[in-house]
Amino acid sequence: MIEFQNISKRFPGGTLAVDDFSLVLPSHKATVFVGSSGSGKTTLLRMIDPTAGRVLIDGEDISGLNPVLLRRRIGYVLQATGLLPHRRVVDNIATVPRLNGVPKRVARRDALTLLDTVGLDRSLAERYPDQLSGGQQQRVGVARALASDPDILLMDEPFGAVDPIVRAELQVELNRLQRELGKTTMFVTHDIDEAFAIADQVVIFRTGGVIAQVGTPAEILANPADDFVATFIGADRGKRTLHLQHREGDSATLIVDGDGRPAGILGADR
Amino acid sequence: MQFFLDAFRWLLDPANYVPGAQNPFPIQDRIGEHLLYTVVSVVIAASIALPLGFYIGHTGRGRQLVIGFTGGMRALPTLGLLMALFVIVGATVPFTRAAFVASIIALVILAIPSILAGAYAGVESVDSQTVDAGRASGMTELQVLTQIEIPLSLPLIIGGVRASVLQVIATAVIASYISLGGLGSIISSGIGLNDNNRILGGAILVTVLALVVDGIFALAQRLTRRRGSSGSRAQKTHVRGRSLRPVTVAETPADERNN
Repeated sequence: MIEFQNISKRFPGGTLAVDDFSLVLPSHKATVFVGSSGSGKTTLLRMIDPTAGRVLIDGEDISGLNPVLLRRRIGYVLQATGLLPHRRVVDNIATVPRLNGVPKRVARRDALTLLDTVGLDRSLAERYPDQLSGGQQQRVGVARALASDPDILLMDEPFGAVDPIVRAELQVELNRLQRELGKTTMFVTHDIDEAFAIADQVVIFRTGGVIAQVGTPAEILANPADDFVATFIGADRGKRTLHLQHREGDSATLIVDGDGRPAGILGADR
Repeated sequence: MQFFLDAFRWLLDPANYVPGAQNPFPIQDRIGEHLLYTVVSVVIAASIALPLGFYIGHTGRGRQLVIGFTGGMRALPTLGLLMALFVIVGATVPFTRAAFVASIIALVILAIPSILAGAYAGVESVDSQTVDAGRASGMTELQVLTQIEIPLSLPLIIGGVRASVLQVIATAVIASYISLGGLGSIISSGIGLNDNNRILGGAILVTVLALVVDGIFALAQRLTRRRGSSGSRAQKTHVRGRSLRPVTVAETPADERNN
């Protein structure tokens, strides 16, 4: 469990990025921070030294912990993968265990298992990162974050740089991992659809780290707290309220959005 | 042309290689001395410039100061510096050792700017995303430096050392002005005796020595550049596109050498 208690963060330049932010991230659930650029969501993800307030991990105040050791306890997936270009895939995955003093042979063996976990072929192990596709690199990034078996997984717009098809694949894959591993996940994105696809709990931000609404995807879709949230999720444009429409001559029933644009067809229940 | 043929004949004359011959012979001893001066001064220069360069590159602190300072050091005329040092050092150190100490100090000062430039430019050029990733994985600052920044900037760092080694090999010739050995003593004895073969032969030796050493460094640079970006042929174009940036930056110290 991660608890933010009255967190404020002021940067050396004087900018107040986050002001009096409080939130609880339940254990083994995925919480997604979504908001436009500059809403302070990445600042919160990296919050190790707040100007005011406390961050607690399982009840323990992190301000008393050594940042380096703290980072080794937390899995972190970065925006542009951040893989080390001069190390092979297997060694990239083994980075954190090696820092923690796990023998090289053991760390590399575990890394191979992790390749299976994230759905990559073991034959990629001896390659260098720039020999992989963007989607594969991102999977390696996830594997590296999981390598020390952390309780907490932080993901900072991890799928921002891959194309929509691969992105959707990775989202499905992440949901599978989340079900299997049950990490306490904190995921940052500016894509509301991605947020709804992944989240157990969605946190929508205004600028300045102010929470606009917290809830499950269904709660937010059904009851946007205000106009800002409604605009943000597209409800005001009728994008989220779908209707069934039967057109003459068509055998299938169409689903259309508020503007009458087809969004899909009604399939069989899954 | 006859000039060159005579010089090469002189170079190939076994009489010039007889051990125990009178100064400036035998030639192999002078080559050994020349390499000794080079190695000693570059090692000293590197042990000063590399840590400093890594510090500046890693922290970004003191950059302007050092750039200005090294620029100034480059402008120092080494011969003038050598003479001044010889006088200053000669006042405190016995005469026999003064020449060596003064020469080494002058060459160290000559070698520092290139090594420093290679080190800080190299460390600075490492992608900040990669550095961030290392930090996020829980590396200490020292681990970020030794496991990420230095390995990734190795071609540039070696490039800096390479440039300084060449400068030192070329400049160590002047050590003979203050009665020190090395290949310079062959040339200056040739000037004294008005012996063209010695002058040209000595110059050729310096040139060949510089080219051979440069070749070794070029090879080392190439090997380190490959690391981390080599791979299967199918990915070749991709790899090349990726490694373009470090390669272009790697030429900087070499360019500076030409100024």
